[in-house]
Amino acid sequence: MEDLPAWSLPADAAKQIAIGVEWPARVNRDWAWGGSTGNGVRVCILDSGIEPGHPLVGELEGAVAVTRDEGDVSVVEDTEGDLCGHGTACAGIVRGLAPDCELFSVRVLGAGFKGSGPVLLGGLRWAVEQGFDVVNMSLSTTKRQFAELLHELADKAYFRRTVLVASAHNMPVESYPWRFSSVISVGSHEDPDPQTFFYNPSPPVEFFARGVGVEIAWLGGGTIRSSGNSFATPHVAGICALILAKHPELTPFQLKSVLYMTANNVGGGA
Amino acid sequence: MSDLRAAVAAGALGSEESYRELLQAVVEVARAIFGARASSVFLHDEETDELVFEAVAGEGAGELVGKRFPSSTGVAGWVLVTRQPLVIEELEQDPRFAREAAESTGFVPKGLMAVPLLHEDRSLGVLEVLDRPAQAAFSLKEMELLGLFANEAAIALDLLQKARHARAVLQNEGEDVSALARFAQRLEDAAKPRSACSALSTSS
Repeated sequence: MEDLPAWSLPADAAKQIAIGVEWPARVNRDWAWGGSTGNGVRVCILDSGIEPGHPLVGELEGAVAVTRDEGDVSVVEDTEGDLCGHGTACAGIVRGLAPDCELFSVRVLGAGFKGSGPVLLGGLRWAVEQGFDVVNMSLSTTKRQFAELLHELADKAYFRRTVLVASAHNMPVESYPWRFSSVISVGSHEDPDPQTFFYNPSPPVEFFARGVGVEIAWLGGGTIRSSGNSFATPHVAGICALILAKHPELTPFQLKSVLYMTANNVGGGA
Repeated sequence: MSDLRAAVAAGALGSEESYRELLQAVVEVARAIFGARASSVFLHDEETDELVFEAVAGEGAGELVGKRFPSSTGVAGWVLVTRQPLVIEELEQDPRFAREAAESTGFVPKGLMAVPLLHEDRSLGVLEVLDRPAQAAFSLKEMELLGLFANEAAIALDLLQKARHARAVLQNEGEDVSALARFAQRLEDAAKPRSACSALSTSS
């Protein structure tokens, strides 16, 4: 018989749930990610693919493409790289912050607009099953029919210690998954420092990171300047990778708490 | 019953033109406010999975409307599929992009802002503003302003699509209803003053 999940805690069992993190009196950036390079942390870029060998991206641990044929979604090895450049740009930002993390590409964009909802869901489901530490989602869907399934997947990821970092919308629309509290949602600020980020005390957007005038990796090995929440999101994903490399036992809840305590407007920027 | 159909038909035929003018007004105003070289609205054609130029102000106006390209290409394609607004600068430095842009817009923009047109739970298309003045550094305020235009364009695009759908339904109803609709439309046109929208788009 499988172990029952811990729905309750008997009086003598508190020692069984000892917290594996030595929390300092004051959490600061030095404790959180000082000296970290993101070594060993597995970061998935759920996007348009990644151009292999781009100087800002370097080596990939792997790449798959999610395809849809007659309603069936399947995951196959990706040999096409990046079809539009968006995923390469996100990967370059994560690599810039966490140079030793392991980057993995899951392509869910680029094969046309039709069927993009089921492909996005299929890609996220696959990424959660793979147990990535961090999944960068610089995208969203407005389709309500996918919201419930996305919500379930976001919660599943949360409980399996896979952190979803998702781009918020700065437009008055209902879109997902960034609105779910089980993900880390990111909007843009205008400061040029890649490690400057702010906690937003008025959610649903929880954090603001660098998203204006960012030098991004561009197809063909080059770079270009660009702005958008799509590029603020991988800044937070990269910082998450730095923190998790130093504190791999953190749950998504604890990680989000560390982000809060180290945000520039909470005093952690010092 | 036929009176009702005629009234509906007149509404459908007349409104399509009005919504086109409204959409044109949105790109004209967006171009003027941002001091840009051009502004365009693309409609996503779900049947063919293509983006279609629906309204263009400035450079390319008059030539590009109706032109189409696959929905997954270019910056407009990124924005449609990610549903995230995007600003790109120094585009002319990239030869691949320059060629693609020249093919789709007739000129190579130095930079562009693109925002998805979202209405209810649908992603209808993309609004682009090309080549703002070089001295104007991009800021998040402009992104918010662009979002407001996008909201307006999305509503116009939604109405335009609905009017087209209504027209298609009427055309399938047979020639009698269509003729009645055109007649009713002419009567209505003769009875009403020129709309503010049509005055705006023709004076630019």
